[in-house]
Amino acid sequence: MTDVHIVGAGIHAFGRHDDKSGLDQGVFAVREALADAGLDWADIQFGFGGSDAAGNADAVLPRLGLTGIQFINVKNGCAAGGSALLSGYWAIKSGEFDLGVVVGFDKHPRGAFSPTPADWGLPEWYGETGLMLTTQFFGNKINRYMGLHGISATTLGRVAEKAFENGVRAPHAWRREAIGLNAIMNSRMISDPLTQYMFCSPAEGGAALILASDRKMRELGLSGPKVRGAAVRTRLNGSFEVFSPSLDVERAPSPTQIASKAAYEMAGVGPSDIDVAQLQDTESGAEIMHMAENGFCADGEQERLLAEGATKLGGALPVNTDGGCLACGEPIGASGLRQVYENVQQLRGRADGRQVADARLGYSQVYGAPGLSGVVILEA
Amino acid sequence: MALAPIAEGLFEVVGDVPHLIGGRRKTDGRMVFPLPTGPEGQNYEAVRLSPDGRLWSFTVQRFRPKSPPYAGADDEASFQPYALGYVELPGEVIVESRIETDDFATLKIGAPMRLKLVPFRKVGGDVLAYAFEPVA
Repeated sequence: MTDVHIVGAGIHAFGRHDDKSGLDQGVFAVREALADAGLDWADIQFGFGGSDAAGNADAVLPRLGLTGIQFINVKNGCAAGGSALLSGYWAIKSGEFDLGVVVGFDKHPRGAFSPTPADWGLPEWYGETGLMLTTQFFGNKINRYMGLHGISATTLGRVAEKAFENGVRAPHAWRREAIGLNAIMNSRMISDPLTQYMFCSPAEGGAALILASDRKMRELGLSGPKVRGAAVRTRLNGSFEVFSPSLDVERAPSPTQIASKAAYEMAGVGPSDIDVAQLQDTESGAEIMHMAENGFCADGEQERLLAEGATKLGGALPVNTDGGCLACGEPIGASGLRQVYENVQQLRGRADGRQVADARLGYSQVYGAPGLSGVVILEA
Repeated sequence: MALAPIAEGLFEVVGDVPHLIGGRRKTDGRMVFPLPTGPEGQNYEAVRLSPDGRLWSFTVQRFRPKSPPYAGADDEASFQPYALGYVELPGEVIVESRIETDDFATLKIGAPMRLKLVPFRKVGGDVLAYAFEPVA
């Protein structure tokens, strides 16, 4: 089977763009990715596109050109963008196609998501009594983790502090001003122990990648990072996921743990080989837990690692070098592809102002509702 | 108590002791709460869950949730933060619940908890819901 490379990457800045639809931002990202690779839309053989709340991804076609290509909409919760990438990866690896695009975009209303119990197969009382909030899940999960593994609230604050520091250096980030630790710790409590600045916000944005087979890449005289491993996995009995009125007493690995293991095995590398990582940071606690779930440290080690600045730019393992979801916001369809876009910049030595020196292996992990995780490992 | 339950089949009182009603899947014994209804319910047998357990995790809801789905009869001005979390019922299942306490700072993972039925001030009239509270 052929290797798959990312020969072009484009992004529309994340944030709030009142004058643009989600679709506008997706189309912009595709054009940026094509320009990055020096290709025309007519060269593209297939597409996979993800959007959670901004319409059909297929709606990019009339704008980019109705060339008759295979285009498939991907809807897969918080891993929509990551799943589009995985679909494109397999389309080329299988030998069916040589060159394609994956795109993700979104545009969410301000404030917390408003779920409907019936959409989740849950009874009405669950929502009526005030138990159906994503923020509660995050509070519950990190509170238990902190209790079991000795993580302090200050460490939660340090994650957000780092995110905003990195966002200052990333042109595509939304929050581009540093926020001090005290301001983060003293911002409004949302769901204990998590404060306002420890949570990301629903946002807008678009990201696109051009994928090519090894042969096609050489034929076109292009270059780009190789996809060494890619996996999406879903929850097991005994995993702790959002909107769960009950959990199994017998606990199980998370979807992130099993996706991570699969991607490492596919790539033939381990956590200690990774030079830069983009980890799902819906809130500060998620980044802390995901450091361990993706194998980068043991449970509880984060307390020391964050205090030492190990995950900052210049640290032993820089995490979320563009500020992650905390600084970029989380447009669901685009978020996983934004992580891969950032790793492409890092591996190509183009991450001006936030470049990780000699980065060779980049790791990204997107996670979310209803309990799924997607991991991609790239090699420069 | 004269209040109607917020949902049928959610809990029952045996003697003076309230119990949540869970479900045990007939094929593999997996326990869930609440007891599934409709066609899926045929795969489960009802189980009267223990009213006693230990706090597994918790958080505090600091702002009034969006309506819908939230149906509390309060408003932004009268909203009072409430604790909620998960209580492990040993050997059965871990259930999500509001946690009744006067002092959020005293909540501790592992602390003994007991089920009680509590009025819930719902839009359109009070109903009976459930909560766990620390065992004194």
